[in-house]
Parts: sequence; structure tokens; C-alpha cells
Amino acid sequence: MKEITIISGKGGTGKTSITGAIASIAKSAVFCDNDVDAANLHLVLSPEIKQKHVFYGAYVAKINLESCTQCGLCETHCRFDAIDLNDSGNYVINPYQCEGCRLCERICPEEAITSERSDNNQWYISDTLYGPLVHARMGPGEENSGKLVTELRKQARAIARDQQKEFIINDGPPGIGCAAISSVTGTDMVVIVTEPTKSGYHDLIRVIDLVKSFKIPACAIINKHDLHNDLTEEIVQYLSHHNIPLLAKLPFEEKMVEAAIQGEPINSLFPECDPAKTIATVWNQIKSSFTTDN
Amino acid sequence: MHHSIAIASGKGGTGKTTIAVGLYNVLSGKGKTGKKNEAIDVVLADCDVEEPNDKLFFDHLELKNAIEISKKVPVISKSNCTYCRKCVEYCEFNAIVVLPPAEYTAVNNDLCHSCGACLVACEYDAITEVDEHIGHVNTFADSNGKITLNEGRLKIGSTMQTMLIRETKKRVKQTDGLIIFDAPPGSSCPVVETIADTDYVILVAEPTPFGLHDMTLMVEILQEMEIPFGIVINKAGLGDKSIYEYIQKNKLTLLAEIPFSREFAQVYASGDMRKTPPIIQNTFNQVAEKIMNQF
Repeated sequence: MKEITIISGKGGTGKTSITGAIASIAKSAVFCDNDVDAANLHLVLSPEIKQKHVFYGAYVAKINLESCTQCGLCETHCRFDAIDLNDSGNYVINPYQCEGCRLCERICPEEAITSERSDNNQWYISDTLYGPLVHARMGPGEENSGKLVTELRKQARAIARDQQKEFIINDGPPGIGCAAISSVTGTDMVVIVTEPTKSGYHDLIRVIDLVKSFKIPACAIINKHDLHNDLTEEIVQYLSHHNIPLLAKLPFEEKMVEAAIQGEPINSLFPECDPAKTIATVWNQIKSSFTTDN
Repeated sequence: MHHSIAIASGKGGTGKTTIAVGLYNVLSGKGKTGKKNEAIDVVLADCDVEEPNDKLFFDHLELKNAIEISKKVPVISKSNCTYCRKCVEYCEFNAIVVLPPAEYTAVNNDLCHSCGACLVACEYDAITEVDEHIGHVNTFADSNGKITLNEGRLKIGSTMQTMLIRETKKRVKQTDGLIIFDAPPGSSCPVVETIADTDYVILVAEPTPFGLHDMTLMVEILQEMEIPFGIVINKAGLGDKSIYEYIQKNKLTLLAEIPFSREFAQVYASGDMRKTPPIIQNTFNQVAEKIMNQF
């Protein structure tokens, strides 16, 4: 079983559309939406939810005003500026700033502080036309997205083992922070979807640095390559200089948008259009890179 | 007295940076406005610390200061440690390992949130803290030496993006006028950190099912945090009508629509916003005017 993670650095380069397209032709695979704070893969794969689970997020502290003596000890210890005196002279916790470390709860001499874990995150195992999908809905503003990504990937691996699927395909998050790190750690290959914009190029360089630090094999796709030919050429050079195989250049294609609107992978909606054919060759290249490795 | 706004989106790549830069140019009087425009004192703060892009649009700005930002991580002194494991019990992030039979201690700096709980836990003075680098806050100045752009830049491999956003926001110096915070994508803690305590949020959305789905998550957050907000639809004409129906049904404020234009997509790609087509520039002006009317 091989695990492939699709990331981009910059958001909006086309990760999910390309992941969905690959999913529709991958045959023996489990799909996993790692972009837990803006999950979109389910909008392309029309899942039928089979299992629902709660993911318990970080703790959030709460002060019981009846026992609080306003000693202020919690405020001086909180390193996240999450405790403030409000207009009525009471110490209150700002749940958005609270990191869930529970130090205030432990040091409060009056035992006036309690913490509860948020149960506002759910994850699902679903069936799709193309194979099982593991995905999540994070409560808005929740913490711990990295941990949720790790949980989803664990579930996807278990399913792949049970059902003897050859591949796991992770639709990764943008950026290079905790969610992206959780998404690439331990995968067998990273596919970077970039675009020829100054931002796309800048973010590509950072994401390559991240992937290299994990020593994971990477390859790239330049999406919307016809938007800026000079930048596309610079990116091609950069990739070649860093020994990152360029799998394909995809043009800016309104059919891609059309497929997103119809909520279907481009390869099942317009299998004969050029981008769909290119994506099919991309998938064959990815598969054969594993067979030559072994 | 100054005001602050944040530009957020949910989905990545909808045009946050485009709006942040476009708005900055109009308000600071540096954009082509096509009409008489009263410049105000405005600074830009790039809080998309994982992938900060605002500077790419300001070639002429010079790096004034690169402030190294660190988090405190614990170091356990073997000579004082009694292997009581109280620090392990206090650490909510599983960052400390203590194995008494082997007299082994270890700290996983990546998991440490720098909360200081272990320091309070230890009764034997065995824990001290050292700095671990998580990124930079860079400030950039114009030719008059005035700081006009701040950016947080996360060190590659660090997971402390939310802390770096907090540190970036603390360092933005503004007395009068306006601060524009450019937020990261997503709808979790880094975005909340960026928009917290701002006076107004502009949501930039694209009219596709992806754009709508992720925008609704942001709308939920903003309504819960009680921050007033308005929506800019970018790449209008490229998608479908569902986002407009959602805005109408929920009585949300639509600030402006930026039509999809291949020409403008190329301008953005090149990083030179001076070549913005007039029809797009007008929408920036429109947003700027509506924002200033908020205050």
C-alpha cells in the first residue's frame, strides 16, 4: 500500500479538483481529505456517509464566578492572554485565545476553573462511486487540526489494509504549518500542485523546503500554466534544478470550474477533454514510479 | 485612535492578498484611483505566516527589521530531576517523556505549546526554559523610512503558526488610521487569532461550490465572534449563482464583485498591480469607500 499526499503551499491552485480527478480513475484506492479546516473533496466525490464519529478537540477553560475570589493568579500565569478582567470586575476566559493547557485550572487556589473538551468536530467514513472516503468537518475556529489530520490518515490506512487497496490519496491543506506537516509526515510521495503566479512560485519554494526536510520523494504539476509563460518557465527550471519531476502542465480550463460546479470529477464529467487525458497520464506516471522503485 | 480590518476567506486562493494589496494601494493614495482620493495612514500586516505573499507586490519596500521570534521550551536538568513525572502529568500536549526506571527524560519541542505548565509542576527546580526559533516578524519601510508592511514568516518545519500570528499582531505599530491584516486560509485557530479584536472583516469568496462551502464556515465564526463583516465576490462570472442566493437569504452585506478577467489574473501573476485594469480598480475603490464608511 502506498500513500500519496497532494499539497500546494498556496491555496486555490487546484489541489482538490486534481485529487478528485485522480480519485475517479485510481481504481484501488482510499481517499482522505486532509484539508480539515476547509474540506472540499466531498463536494466532488458525492459521498454516502456510513460512519460518523466525534473528534474531541482541545480543552477550553471556564471560570466559575461564584467560587472565584479575583486573586488574579490565573491571569498572571496564562501565556496566551486568554484571561481578562471584564467590565463587571470578573475574570473571564476568552475561549478563542485559550490554548487548552489547563495550567489555570491546576493553579487556582479556589478550584474555580474547569476545562472541557470541545466536541464540535466530526469525522466520517463514506462510500463513493470510486472507493472509500475519510473526511471531517471541523467546528469553526477549532484547534488541533494537525491531530485531526493524523487521526483521519490512521483511519484511511486501516481501511486500505482491510480492503487491500493499493493506494491512499490524501488531499492536503494549503500552507506549511501544523496541518501540512501532519499531512506529509510518513507519506510515500508528495505531489505539489503549483501555479505560475509570483505567490504560487514563492509558496512552492517553501513547500519544497518542507518536503525536503522530511526526505519524501516529490513531484509537481503546474496548473493554469498558460496564465504566465515566463513564470511557468522559471518554475520548470527551479523544479529541474531541485530534481523534482514535473508530471504535467495543465492549462487554465473552464471545464475544471464547470466540473466543480456540477460536483463531479473532471475525468468522469468530461473524460475526453485534454486536462482529463493529461491527469490520466499523471496518474499512470505516479503508479509506475512506485513499480520502478520496487 | 486607529481601526483595524482583516481580510479572510475560508478557501485558499480566492484573492485575499489581491484585496489586501488593492485596498492598501487605494487607501494610502498609491493606487490609480481615477478620482480624488484622500490618503489615510494605513499599514499592512501579513498574517498568512505559513505563506506570506504581500511583500511580492511591493518591490520598492526595504527590509527595515527582521525580528527573530522564539518560543520557550523546557529543558530538564538530570541532576535535579527526581523522575516524579509531575511535569508529564501537567503537560497537556504530550511533549514530555520521563521514564523513571531508565532515568530518561526528553522534551519534544515540536509538540510543546510553550504554556509553562511544566515549570509550575516541577518542585525540584529541574526545569528551565530555552528559546526555540519559530520564525520572524519582518518590517518593511518605504522611501521615507515609514514602516508600511509587517509580515510574519514561519520557519520551515515549525508548527507554531498561531503563536507567530499573535507575535506579529503585537508588533504592528499604528497610532492613527488603519491596519489591514491579511489572514491565512482555513477556518481554524490561525484565522481566529488574526481576526480577533478587529473592527471589521472582509470575506473574499469565489462563486463556486468550494468557495461557498468554505465561506459559510467563516460566516459562522464571524457571527459567533460578533465581528461585523462584508463579502467581496472575486472571479465573478466564473461560477454559479448559489453564493448570491446564500448572501441574499442570510441578509449578508455584499461589498463588491470583482469580475473574472484573464487580463487581471495575469497582472496578479506578475506581481505588478500597477497594471490593474480600470474595471477592477473601480471595485477596489468601491470596497475602500464602503470600508471607510464603517468608521
